[in-house]
Amino acid sequence: MLVNVLPPPDRAVVSRRDAIAKDLARLVAPGGVIADEDGRRAFETDGLSAYRCMPLAVVLPRSTEEVSRVLKYAHENGITVIPRGAGTSLCGGALPAEDAIVIGVSRMNRVLDVDLENRTARVETGITNLGISGAVQPHGFFYAPDPSSQLACTLAGNIAMNSGGAHCLKYGVTTNNVLGIKMVLVDGRVVEIGGAHLDASGYDLLGLIIGSEGQFGIVTEATVRILRAAEAARPMLLGFDSSEIAGRCVSAIIASGIIPVAIEFMDKPAIHVCEAFAKAGYPLDVEALLIVEVEGSEEEISTLLARIVDIAKPFKPRGVRVSQSAEESAAIWRGRKSAFGALGRISDYFCMDGTIPLGRLPEVLVRIGEICTGHGLKVANIFHAGDGNLHPLILFNANDADQLRRAEQAGADILKLCVEVGGCLTGEHGVGVEKRDLMPSQFTSGELALQMRIKTVFDPQWLLNPHKVFPLEGREIEHQAWEH
Amino acid sequence: MKSARPGSERELQRLIIDAVRAEMPVEVLGAGTKRNIGRPVNAGLAITTASLRGVTLYEPTELVMGARAGTPLADIEERLAVKGQMLAFEPIDLGPVLGGAAGSGTIGAVFATNLSGSRRVMSGGARDHLLGIEAITGAGQAFRGGGRVMKNVTGYDLCRAVCGSWGTLAVMTSVIFKVLPRPERTGTLIFLGLDDTSAIEALCAALGTPFEVSGAIHLQAPLAARLKHAGLAATQKAVTAVRIETFESSLRYRLDRLKEALRAFGEIHELDDASSLAFWKELRQLSVLQGNAAPLWRISTAPRSGPTVVAAIARYMECRAFYDWSGGLIWAEVLDTADAGAGDVRRVIASHGGHATLVRAAPAVRAGIDVFQPLEPDLDAITRGIKAVFDPADILNRGRLLANL
Ligand SMILES: Cc1cc2nc3c(=O)[nH]c(=O)nc-3n(C[C@H](O)[C@H](O)[C@H](O)COP(=O)(O)OP(=O)(O)OC[C@H]3O[C@@H](n4cnc5c(N)ncnc54)[C@H](O)[C@@H]3O)c2cc1C
Repeated sequence: MLVNVLPPPDRAVVSRRDAIAKDLARLVAPGGVIADEDGRRAFETDGLSAYRCMPLAVVLPRSTEEVSRVLKYAHENGITVIPRGAGTSLCGGALPAEDAIVIGVSRMNRVLDVDLENRTARVETGITNLGISGAVQPHGFFYAPDPSSQLACTLAGNIAMNSGGAHCLKYGVTTNNVLGIKMVLVDGRVVEIGGAHLDASGYDLLGLIIGSEGQFGIVTEATVRILRAAEAARPMLLGFDSSEIAGRCVSAIIASGIIPVAIEFMDKPAIHVCEAFAKAGYPLDVEALLIVEVEGSEEEISTLLARIVDIAKPFKPRGVRVSQSAEESAAIWRGRKSAFGALGRISDYFCMDGTIPLGRLPEVLVRIGEICTGHGLKVANIFHAGDGNLHPLILFNANDADQLRRAEQAGADILKLCVEVGGCLTGEHGVGVEKRDLMPSQFTSGELALQMRIKTVFDPQWLLNPHKVFPLEGREIEHQAWEH
Repeated sequence: MKSARPGSERELQRLIIDAVRAEMPVEVLGAGTKRNIGRPVNAGLAITTASLRGVTLYEPTELVMGARAGTPLADIEERLAVKGQMLAFEPIDLGPVLGGAAGSGTIGAVFATNLSGSRRVMSGGARDHLLGIEAITGAGQAFRGGGRVMKNVTGYDLCRAVCGSWGTLAVMTSVIFKVLPRPERTGTLIFLGLDDTSAIEALCAALGTPFEVSGAIHLQAPLAARLKHAGLAATQKAVTAVRIETFESSLRYRLDRLKEALRAFGEIHELDDASSLAFWKELRQLSVLQGNAAPLWRISTAPRSGPTVVAAIARYMECRAFYDWSGGLIWAEVLDTADAGAGDVRRVIASHGGHATLVRAAPAVRAGIDVFQPLEPDLDAITRGIKAVFDPADILNRGRLLANL
């Protein structure tokens, strides 16, 4: 699997590991450098565990100043750096390289300021996603983007990937909820972009940096928008006889003028796995299930849910159930949010992340099924239906090299299908190494070159997370063209 | 200056390639309604997208629309209204404030300038609704950014890079954007005569409730007196307004709960649905800032800093303020001076955070100062680097955003 994923390491750098580790130890507080083999092993992979590589060394700084010193050092010595949060990336975004220093921000996890009147929180980016909401929840506020990995993943990773979540239909993704950042540039300079105000002066650098997959700098602090939580929220379950009908029902709900705070879709295999794991009370005899959640006062919720039930009627829903209690709601969401984990207990899987125009859903689901069957593999579908962000989970046995290869092939075919119907390769997980080589199916070489030249503005020597996002081939030419 | 009105994307691309060859700076225009914002551009050729018209994609159930860049905003909003939808970021119409006609701007320029209206506090700004672009760089390269789907993190976010760049990076030929259902009902709560500090406190409190406030503005008395809403104008008092937009069945409930929450700030009046719509519509056109040529600043800051910023500016010059975004956006009309008060305004901003743009002033004034907020040196260098990537010969709207860029 590692063949061709990473270019051959710089042996000269690798052979200087001990000296480099000593240098690094002088730059950060005691305990901040991990150079021993066992210690480094904890960082050899991320959420895409099929890819592994031991890093040269790992630094876990406790302050922006430490990050700055380490980057300055790496820059002066021409050493590659891999920024890291919690390592939950599903696209190999945090995959190390043998000749690279991993800089992990997980120890920088303080809440610096909560400002309820301005509706902002300033935090260090190593804080977990859920940690932000945790800090403001006592005041009735929350931080909106809610990736399923929110217990573990960091804001740093969310910013790098522009992560989304189930409730993004209403509240937007990371880029819609971050107002300012502090970022260490590759040579150690520290810049502040944005602040507590709502729009940028000059170019929207913040918008460009969010989603840049750790290739522009290391983000150490952020000011995020916090929102006052609705009075209440309640999900309901709607089962259908086919995925196609469920898809049509989603369109009908949106056409009616109601934008639920979330519409999540699961197909039969996914329903069964999640139910077995979370005992959420999902109906087992339906082909497709929607979790639809609305917010407001209890009365508003009842009115809206009743309207949705009416809208759904022509689609003959089965197993219709409105949550009756906080516990029931929590169970319904637990089932959905633990889907990946639940599936992981029964099989290895690749989680795809393409987005499609919703109108193409029925046809795409059929073709995903055909692609996987064609490769002799099973698939379960779970996704954010409101915005067309699919998560086909391709099941395989990682100990079987042939299955692994077929699973990768099926994944690539599915993503190309998403592009073909007018969608994209990744809706929220990022490109990383996983989808790097598929980029030419979505972009022309000229478009890729344009993007690479932007990286060069931030990182002229391509030291930051360089092996990700863009195909390795063809880079040299671009590089030279630019330097020239 | 020559002008060109290409009828196709190809033709536009060719014009730019020719301009690069001739080293001829180009002014980029939609309908030209915002031509007088920014430092004056010294160009040999003005290219307008006004002939690139038409809605190319509209899927109401997917909440997405696409249009060529020169499509009039008015056409877009008409199409959306038929399906009960809207642009949720409520783009403001600067035409009348700058002495032009209302309703004549293009959709491309809406995104090129990233100017959002009152609903920004709830629904996000123009930049948050832009999903995809097709554009031509200053090197004549056609490229696409983003796409037509709601969620897309494939590669760098070029949409947002180009959104708000005022035509200095690339000429957009097509945009795809998110649309949302129009609310069933609109209601407005009004306070009269609040001072700035109490007003902003009230507005921030309103946004801190769970009732989904979608507009939070405060007009100082001299500006409120210019409202078209005769009843409000006649009071001669400052006007503070909070908007709720929701389902018919929820409106009464939310207004009442909000009134309870804001009781401490004084007597509360209400506007009904029809006059609410008219009131917020006139604010979208900045009605209270029309009809004169006084320098007009647009200041973006943290909401609670709004009144402090205005008070500090008022120590240096006569100043009338319209606060939007619960205090985070200030439209400040100031007394006409040689530099429109730029030195003082910028000093105030430096100590309170945010940025200021001189939206309206005579060309001589705009030529002599930084119209947009000057950047801190490291960010200035990155900005220039990005400009060089998209527009290496520096031909697009040269000097408009920053001097020598
Ligand atoms: C079970 C499971 C469920 C998931 N569900 C979702 C979901 O619903 N929605 C979603 O969007 N994603 C989801 N993900 C993917 C993943 O959690 C997100 O991509 C997350 O944002 C990664 O955060 P992290 O802290 O783990 O970052 P890492 O994995 O450590 O790193 C991710 C990327 O961020 C870069 N990076 C890290 N720190 C910094 C920094 N300080 N400055 C600059 N760059 C940095 C890294 O180089 C890497 O490219 C899920 C993952 C798992 C395992």
